[in-house]
Amino acid sequence: MSVDRYEAVIGLEVHVHLASRSKIFSSSSTAFGEEPNSCTDPVCLGLPGALPVLNRAVVDAAVRLGLAVGSHIRPRCRFARKHYFYPDLPKGFQISQYEEPLCEGGAVEFRVAGESRRVRLTRIHLEDDAGKNIHDDSGVSFVDFNRAGVPLVEIVSEPDIRSAEEAAEYMRALRTLVRMLGISDGNMEEGSLRCDANVSLRLHGAEKLGTKAELKNINSFKHVREAIEHEIRRQAVVLDRGEAVVQETRLWDPERGLSQSMRSKEHAHDYRYFPEPDLPPLAVDQDWIEQARASLPELPESRYRRYTGALGLSAQDAGVLTSEREIADYFDAAASACAAPAKKLANWIINEVLARVADPRALAAADLPVPPVALAELVDLVEKGTLSGKLAKDVFGRMWQEKRRAGEIVVSESVAVVSDAGLIEEICQKVVAACPDEVARFRAGQGKLLGFFVGKVMKEMGGKANPKTANEILQRLLG
Amino acid sequence: MAAPQVKGASIAELADGVRAQKWKARELVESYLDRIARLDGRLGCYLLVDADGARRRADQIDATVAAGRDPGLLAGVPIGLKDIFVTRGLQTTAGSKILRGFVPPYESTVSARLAAAGAIALGKLNMDEFAMGSSNENSAFKPVHNPWDLERVPGGSSGGSAASVAASLCAGSLGTDTGGSIRQPASLCGVAGMKPTYGRVSRYGVIAFASSLDHPGPFGRTVEDVATLLEVIAGHDPCDATSIPSPVGRYRQACDAGLAGMRVGVPEEYLQAGMDPEVEAAVRGAIDEIARAGAKLVPVSLPHTQYAVATYYLVCTAEASSNLARYDGVRYGHRTAEASSLEELYSKTRGEGFGTEPKRRIILGTYVLRSGYYEAYYGKALRVRRKIADDFRAVFDKCDVLATPTSPTAAFKLGERQADPLQMYLADIYTVAPALAGVPALSQCCGFTKGNLPIGLQLIGPPLGEEAVFRVAGEYQRRSDWHKRLPEDPS
Amino acid sequence: MPRIQPDEVRTIAALARLRLSETEIERMTHELDAILEYIDTVKNLDTGNTEPMTHAVPFDCPLRQDKPKPSLSVEEALQNAPRRRDSFFEVPRIVPGAGEGS
Repeated sequence: MSVDRYEAVIGLEVHVHLASRSKIFSSSSTAFGEEPNSCTDPVCLGLPGALPVLNRAVVDAAVRLGLAVGSHIRPRCRFARKHYFYPDLPKGFQISQYEEPLCEGGAVEFRVAGESRRVRLTRIHLEDDAGKNIHDDSGVSFVDFNRAGVPLVEIVSEPDIRSAEEAAEYMRALRTLVRMLGISDGNMEEGSLRCDANVSLRLHGAEKLGTKAELKNINSFKHVREAIEHEIRRQAVVLDRGEAVVQETRLWDPERGLSQSMRSKEHAHDYRYFPEPDLPPLAVDQDWIEQARASLPELPESRYRRYTGALGLSAQDAGVLTSEREIADYFDAAASACAAPAKKLANWIINEVLARVADPRALAAADLPVPPVALAELVDLVEKGTLSGKLAKDVFGRMWQEKRRAGEIVVSESVAVVSDAGLIEEICQKVVAACPDEVARFRAGQGKLLGFFVGKVMKEMGGKANPKTANEILQRLLG
Repeated sequence: MAAPQVKGASIAELADGVRAQKWKARELVESYLDRIARLDGRLGCYLLVDADGARRRADQIDATVAAGRDPGLLAGVPIGLKDIFVTRGLQTTAGSKILRGFVPPYESTVSARLAAAGAIALGKLNMDEFAMGSSNENSAFKPVHNPWDLERVPGGSSGGSAASVAASLCAGSLGTDTGGSIRQPASLCGVAGMKPTYGRVSRYGVIAFASSLDHPGPFGRTVEDVATLLEVIAGHDPCDATSIPSPVGRYRQACDAGLAGMRVGVPEEYLQAGMDPEVEAAVRGAIDEIARAGAKLVPVSLPHTQYAVATYYLVCTAEASSNLARYDGVRYGHRTAEASSLEELYSKTRGEGFGTEPKRRIILGTYVLRSGYYEAYYGKALRVRRKIADDFRAVFDKCDVLATPTSPTAAFKLGERQADPLQMYLADIYTVAPALAGVPALSQCCGFTKGNLPIGLQLIGPPLGEEAVFRVAGEYQRRSDWHKRLPEDPS
Repeated sequence: MPRIQPDEVRTIAALARLRLSETEIERMTHELDAILEYIDTVKNLDTGNTEPMTHAVPFDCPLRQDKPKPSLSVEEALQNAPRRRDSFFEVPRIVPGAGEGS
């Protein structure tokens, strides 16, 4: 296959919508889905005379992101104007950062098919989003400026990515990270996580980078993979023909599964960057950085390593638990209250708790029916032998429905497993005496009938017999 | 109650009279509206007169006074606003066709502060389009005529603001100064005008020409009036990230404080051979008077003065090309009648809506910001700018205030300088450097030519040194009576 | 040797979305040439390691609290719209993706 001759070199520029309550440079609400042009103000409409004022919470979110990926946070950084004309860009320029961005360097760690990968970052910077253009079938388009001024961070990676799959996993890792930090909901379909990909090819072993093409309009993780795979194949064909790849921007068309060149006709983009005169340089001092660092939650990869390491969880279970901050937080809270092995707790969360919530973020809700400590209590009861696995599942169901604690249910309804050997012995003897045929068949070699006897004992005891004890006693009685 | 004589009246006098119920705010407003109706046809100061709004506001002030409540420091004082200040509900054009019909949904901080202090806005004053010009001939609507000689320019870009005060079509006004646009028209119209320290007065709601150089500021017939207005409009504004947080000074008080012990620097680069002899004589006369008043004169040098105009036109056009990018016919203002594509919408709208000077500066500014050109032009200009600012910093170790001419000439004739834009730019020679450095500078009348045209003295202070400037200006004004001369009403 | 040619003025006018007539282009080329020649004098000054002066204020960027404030009403936002449809600003058809900066 011609693609195999080449090494794909991919870098991603990712825009993340930061979930502050007001916009980056003005105080309009960032609420999504409101009536068009109902969340605007002179600044984000680009009215004459309007001036930007920077939102502290936005800077803080970006600082925390930079710290989480190990970037260097510039003590002083600058804003710059980036000029181009488009209807959704009200000022005729975007306020972004050019020569002195907030964060430089850093790296994102993640796994592809179980293997660790590390993609270095060039920079992370702040900028304002543009409004939204809506097209209809007539000869006009419509503009809504609600989104204009919503804060963005742009995360630029080094061209360290080597496959479409890796690119998709990188995007997933970024999504998990920003959700874990609580700075964005990282939703590609809603546009709070967007990416452009720069793709080039070179022969294996070559050092020099090939000419890159930029891919735009990638709106889901699936598209990340498809668009990049398509581009790799496209460039391979071009190179195989002995031609050169053209440096251009290509628009991904998910309907048709191909990309189209957007090579601009008359004028190439000259953004005419210069320092934003309306905003003095932004200072982020050591105090701010230390406070931000102290507020960082344990990050996904670090949690993953802890879960698979010291806690001995499987890669799969650790993967599910670290996929969302709320799940990992729930697990950690339950684990610290629970004496049972982590593996058992993980099973309960994955199979019982997660099955009952539509959105994992509900795990952080104050009115969650079974908070972490309550689950820990239940799991410990099973571990102690007070409840059998089956009983515990029933109890859990009741806990969820009725918002009660396991201990309370066990006591008030005598749900606990009966481990009184004397009592169980009595019932076992009764059952054995009542089923002479089965006894004979068991003694004749039908060992499977043990289950029959255990079942009978369980039925007699309303399901509460300690199964282990019943098993032992029956085996002794049946010889 | 006799209607007050408003021609030549001072702000303090008018406000005192309203508070003391010597006259009503409504009477003041009617007196000025009457003068505007009779005289502004010949002068062209106002682009828009808001008679209804002014009357309503005046009645409110009068009711407040009658009820025994404090109507504010500027009680009932009629003022004019350069049409660069965004006024809610009242058309604001920046002197340009591209904003004809634009009615802002918000108010500039400074006009709101004036209104809160009891001042009454009579209307919006004529200006050079987007504050680009030194003669008010670049207004898209009509030129302004200098009240001292109707065939001459009032200066610019705040020509309407200066001329209206000179002709008593308002008691005081606001303008903006980016490279001299308050000081130079003040000089040419024989009134006082101040460009404060950059950031001293909020730019929120001031239509931007060059963001790092725009300074809103007051005009008045006297330096006391200028100081009073400045105290009202100055001060921190959370809506402007370049707004200085320090407390506002006592400018009015400083006018009376005298200049004992002060050192006044005279920069050699500003009084060179070949100057207009009448301007030189008047300015030197003023400097001598200041020395007689007790100031010590200190010869000083601002060595990078020769680069100031070039630096200014590099910085301001770059920023202007950026600030004017928003005028595209999408959200407000002029929109071309027929556009079959976006590109046409933009190009035709802007081609039709902008006048010659904004187009020229947009082209120049776009040129100097292009990639490949940035370092050589804009980047370089910013470094020269710092050198110019450093010149001022060094000089203020040796003196408290600088004294220079404001304009190389008195008012020139309408049409005289239209053919050569570079000639027009070079006339900014005395005013651009303080704007680049962001230091405060005031112009006051210091004499007249044989042809009865005003000549201006410029006083420059260190950053946040407005009080020092007012001390010297106030003392000089006490020792002269240029400010008492008034132009004849146009017939 | 002129510093600027009409073609360059045309290119810049296109970048700035300014439609100029041929007469304007010719006149402007001539004027800009003179202005650029004058402006070029700054190149003669050795600025060595001098820091560029981007702002005339000595302080850092002030920050505001993340508190939403009431917006303009839809009517206020659209009151100056040269062309509108319901709550939207209307423009000629945009070709998706073309001309977009980012």
